[in-house]
Amino acid sequence: MRIERSTVLFRIDPRSGVPPYQQLVQQVRQALRVGWLEVGDQLPTVRDAVRQLAINPNTVLKAYRELEHEGLIAGRPGQGTFVVKTLADASIKNQVALRRSLQRWFAAAIDAGLDDESIVALFETTRRSLRAEEAV
Amino acid sequence: MSIALETTRLSKRYGSTWALRECSVTIPQGKVAALVGPNGSGKTTLLQLAMGVSTPSSGRVEVFGWSPHEQPLLVLARVGFVAQDHPLYQGFTVAEMLRFGSKLNPRWDDQMAVVRLERVGIPLDRRVGKLSGGQQAQVALVLALAKRPELLLLDEPVAALDPLARREFLQSLMDAVAEGGLTVVLSSHILADLERVCDYLVVMSASRVQLAGDIDDIVNDHQLVTGAREQVERIASRHAVIQQRHSDRQTTVLVAGAGTDAASVWPADDSVLVETPSLEEIVLAYLGQRSDTGMIARPRLEVAP
Repeated sequence: MRIERSTVLFRIDPRSGVPPYQQLVQQVRQALRVGWLEVGDQLPTVRDAVRQLAINPNTVLKAYRELEHEGLIAGRPGQGTFVVKTLADASIKNQVALRRSLQRWFAAAIDAGLDDESIVALFETTRRSLRAEEAV
Repeated sequence: MSIALETTRLSKRYGSTWALRECSVTIPQGKVAALVGPNGSGKTTLLQLAMGVSTPSSGRVEVFGWSPHEQPLLVLARVGFVAQDHPLYQGFTVAEMLRFGSKLNPRWDDQMAVVRLERVGIPLDRRVGKLSGGQQAQVALVLALAKRPELLLLDEPVAALDPLARREFLQSLMDAVAEGGLTVVLSSHILADLERVCDYLVVMSASRVQLAGDIDDIVNDHQLVTGAREQVERIASRHAVIQQRHSDRQTTVLVAGAGTDAASVWPADDSVLVETPSLEEIVLAYLGQRSDTGMIARPRLEVAP
C-alpha cells in the first residue's frame, strides 16, 4: 500500500465529461464540505499532483487559481498551497433539515411510481428550468 | 503571450499528393498541444516541417520566430524531437547513448538525464536492445529533454506502448513540463488521456486543420442539443452545426459558437436537452466531417486560412 504525503488524493475520470481542472476543483470542494480538509491543511504541490496523476501542470494551476479566487485556499510563497476556509460548518447544519425534507419528497416520488432514473431526470429538468429563469 | 510554433498557409506536396494543405496554426509558448487526426492526415508532415527536416511547398513555418529550414542552427538547438519508433542504437548501452547525445548537443544536461533515468528505474549499463518498449520510449524522451529544448515535438509517442508504459511515459513528460519553460507538441491518433495531458488541441484530417484552440475554450464553445427535429433545427439554424443525427423522433446536433451559457441562449424547454459534449465527441465530430475546405466558419476559435 502506498501512503501519500498530501492530504487529498486526486483522481481524474476521463469518461466523466467534466473537464479535468473542474474535477480537481470539485474534489477539493467535496473534501472541504465533508471535513476531510480543514483550515491549515496543505494541498498537494503542483509537482506532486502531476506525478500522482500524469496530468498537465497547467490543469492543476488552473484548479488552484479557481479555488483561490473563491477564497478557499491560498498560496504561501515557498511553502505551498493551504486551506484558508472550509465549506463544512454552514452547510452541514442546513443539510440535516434539507435531507429530511428530501427524504419525504423521495417517499412521495416513489409512491407516485417514479423510478431512480425518472427522479434524476425530474431533478435535472427542474434545476435547468430554474437556472434558465434566473438567467432571463 | 509569445508564440512557440506558428504556421501560415503552410503546405507540403509530394508529387501530386498534398500531405499538408493551407495549414495555419499558432501554438503559444508553455502549452501542451495535441495534433489529433487519423493516419495520413498530415500530423507527421507538420512536425517534420517544424523541425526543418523538410521544406514547405508553400506557406511559412516559424519556431520562436525563426524558419527551421532557413535558420536551422537557431532552431535546432531549441527543439527536441522524439520520433515515432524511438530510433536508438540497439547495441549501445544507455550510458553510451547519453555520451553520444552530449557530443552532439552543446547545451546537454547529463546530470538531469541521469536523474530522470534513475527515477524511472533504467540502469545505465543496460544495452538499449535489452530494454522494454516502454523503457526505450523513456530513454528517447530523456535524450530529447537532456538537450534542454524549449519546444519538444513528439510523433505518436505512446502509440506502441501498453497502458502502464503509456501512463509512465506521460508522467515523465508532464513532470518535465512542470519544471517550466517547455512547450510540447505531440501527435496522436489515440484520444484517451489527451484531456488530462494537453491543454491545446489541433484537429487534422484530409491534410487540413479542422479545429484549433485551447481545450477549455473548445469544450465551452460546443453544445449537444437533443430534442424534436423542428425545435432542434430552429435552434441549430442560429449557430454553426458541426454534426447532426436524426431518428424518427429525435434529432441531436453538435453546435459551435453558442456561448458558454446555453441556458440563457436557449428557451427553457423541457423537451430540448442541452448538454456539454465530451472532448472526444467533439473531436470525432470534426474528424467525421473531413471537410475538404478546411476550417468550418466558426465564431471564436477561427484559424481559417
